[in-house]
Amino acid sequence: MKRHLISAADLTRDDAVLILDTAEEMARLADRPIKKLPTLRGRTIVNLFFEDSTRTRISFEAAAKRLSADVISFSAKGSSVSKGESLKDTALTLEAMGADAVVIRHHDSGAPHRLATSGWIGGSVVNAGDGTHEHPTQALLDAFTMRRHLGQGTGSDLAGRRVTIVGDILHSRVARSNVHLLSALGADVTLVAPPTLVPIGVGHWPCEVSYDLDSVLAKSDAVMMLRVQRERMNAAFFPTEREYARRYGLDGERMARMPEHAIVMHPGPMNRGMEITADVADSPRCTAVEQVTNGVSIRMAVFYLLLGGAEPAVSEPAAPALTRTEESS
Amino acid sequence: MSKILIRGAKVLDGEPQDVLIDGETITEVGAALSATGARVIEADGQILLPGLVDLHTHLREPGREDSETVLTGTRAAAVGGYTSVHAMANTFPVADTAGVVEQVWRLGRESGYCDVQPVGAVTVGLEGKKLAELGAMHDSAAGVKVFSDDGKCVDDAVIMRRALEYVKAFDGLIAQHAQEPRLTEGAQMNEGIVSAELGLGGWPAVAEESIISRDVLLAAHVGSRVHICHLSTAGSVEIVRWAKSKGWNVTAEVTPHHLLLTDELVRSYNPVYKVNPPLRTEADVMALREALADGTIDCVATDHAPHPHEDKDCEWGAAAMGMVGLETALSVVQHTMVETGLLDWAQVADRMSFRPARIGRLTGQGRPVSAGEPANLTLVDSAYRGQVDPAGFASRSRNTPYQGRELPGRVTHTFLRGRATVVDGKLA
Ligand SMILES: [Zn+2]
Repeated sequence: MKRHLISAADLTRDDAVLILDTAEEMARLADRPIKKLPTLRGRTIVNLFFEDSTRTRISFEAAAKRLSADVISFSAKGSSVSKGESLKDTALTLEAMGADAVVIRHHDSGAPHRLATSGWIGGSVVNAGDGTHEHPTQALLDAFTMRRHLGQGTGSDLAGRRVTIVGDILHSRVARSNVHLLSALGADVTLVAPPTLVPIGVGHWPCEVSYDLDSVLAKSDAVMMLRVQRERMNAAFFPTEREYARRYGLDGERMARMPEHAIVMHPGPMNRGMEITADVADSPRCTAVEQVTNGVSIRMAVFYLLLGGAEPAVSEPAAPALTRTEESS
Repeated sequence: MSKILIRGAKVLDGEPQDVLIDGETITEVGAALSATGARVIEADGQILLPGLVDLHTHLREPGREDSETVLTGTRAAAVGGYTSVHAMANTFPVADTAGVVEQVWRLGRESGYCDVQPVGAVTVGLEGKKLAELGAMHDSAAGVKVFSDDGKCVDDAVIMRRALEYVKAFDGLIAQHAQEPRLTEGAQMNEGIVSAELGLGGWPAVAEESIISRDVLLAAHVGSRVHICHLSTAGSVEIVRWAKSKGWNVTAEVTPHHLLLTDELVRSYNPVYKVNPPLRTEADVMALREALADGTIDCVATDHAPHPHEDKDCEWGAAAMGMVGLETALSVVQHTMVETGLLDWAQVADRMSFRPARIGRLTGQGRPVSAGEPANLTLVDSAYRGQVDPAGFASRSRNTPYQGRELPGRVTHTFLRGRATVVDGKLA
């Protein structure tokens, strides 16, 4: 593993499988009476959120705490970030506080990349979503969820599995990260959206593109519905909510045409009635809630591996806190 | 002492000759001229060009003197071999009145390093709504001939038409920053394969091409001349080529960076590559080189856009757009156009001095290197090789994309009306 997790595109198949396997170990912890490991005791992890996302922030926070790290949450949202100095200045402050890892969520694509490469900071950088670029831990937890339902267990990838991602691909960092990661894991990915929500240049991505949801449902092992932001309507990406729901929404009838083993995924929060109907959202085939649980395991795995974990994470419950490695100093 | 003898210079890369300057004028060009009473500069086979003329420079004064001033900007221009620059109007306050253009013009005269021709805004406050007092700016001491809302596109077709018509009264020129605003909302880089991957808002080529198409048609309709700033796409080249084939009065410029850099560089998310119009693809770069070579694109203009360090030392989305260019322009042109065999030095003189001067209707600039002409000259050591080091820039800003890159050529001397502004590569 590299020192930072900026993009799912940086992960090889083996990196990804290692993270998923490590997350399996972390998940087992949830069955124990004390859901905490001493692994990252004495290490400081900062949650730096320039954009509001309570769900993601809490997930990272829980992951860090279960590994006994000290967690500092810094919400820069709402401050007048007009010039960008604030990212640099904030980074310098975190550096002075000795942050071992910074989890950053930012409205600008590339901000985590810049943070990791600018020399402003020495610790590891974890991208928790940047602009319309990437959200690698979301893709990892999605892959983890898929492997649990569709895969061959520990050590396996998703070779030959067919994943359909539906909705606002253009603005979706979740879709970008998933395309990279799922293709690295051997899955065949199809993106489905109205042409206005498919980026120019998508022809170079390792995936198929379709404008017709019905034609791909029957051959999908997993259908991932993306959240559609209602303001997209004002920018003429599609005519009306009704038309969008009719053409690209997943309802019970459509779900019935999916293979029996196929799952419905959603990164949340869901717009019920827009991209997904309530009956589908609440059906046992929908993994949205499970994805949230898996998110914590994945983020624990990422912290563990980035901050120097070399041995299996859980096998020695009483393992002393890892010492700081040279690489992450 | 006012006599200078430049000995053994290849005038426009011809056979080595001597050039004698007396006062503000070239008095003799020939073999083995007498050096009596003259300061001698041994050119040693370096290339002598007419002083370069830039149609597109941002000097930032008044208003953003932390980025650049007329003095620092003209010093940078002199180091780059320029003897005349057009100062763009997007200052604070905007150069949309006779008062502001006269101020800039006067500061240029006082600097003494380079002629400064203020560009007047087309519309009040660059807002695109109401014509600025174009006639008053023309009638002022600055004698403005070129008008542009650069940085912003004059996107209202009626305003653009009226501006084109109105300046015919005094042979003025409208220079258009072609950018359809609705198609480029939230745009951060070229729209294409790379923007899709990076998740950065795309600036599609058609946003430039649609405006150019409209403007050449408008200019033809009203019988005026229009100048297209910083062409960046292969499609733009095609439109200008078509308009010229119709005999319409359209001219165009390209920046050095669009002749060399592509949007692949944005993968670094390094804001030094953030510029407007954005860096495009390899195919665009090749089309632009081709068009500059065949004359479809008339000239090279720097779009020198200085920004202080803090405006670039941040995340991509927050960074200012633009890069400095005066001090590296000739090197980039040598690298991309001369060393590729697309242009010889006489053609470089045409694209970087004669033609921009003619487009800007300058009288004492962009003149041949011959007796009786004003002594605006640039001596270039084309054999020089070295890494670009912004630490040594005369510009107040350092936002160059070429830091550490090896580029050929170096301006060793610049003369503004017979006075050396640069000697041995250093400001005089
Ligand atoms: Zn411009």
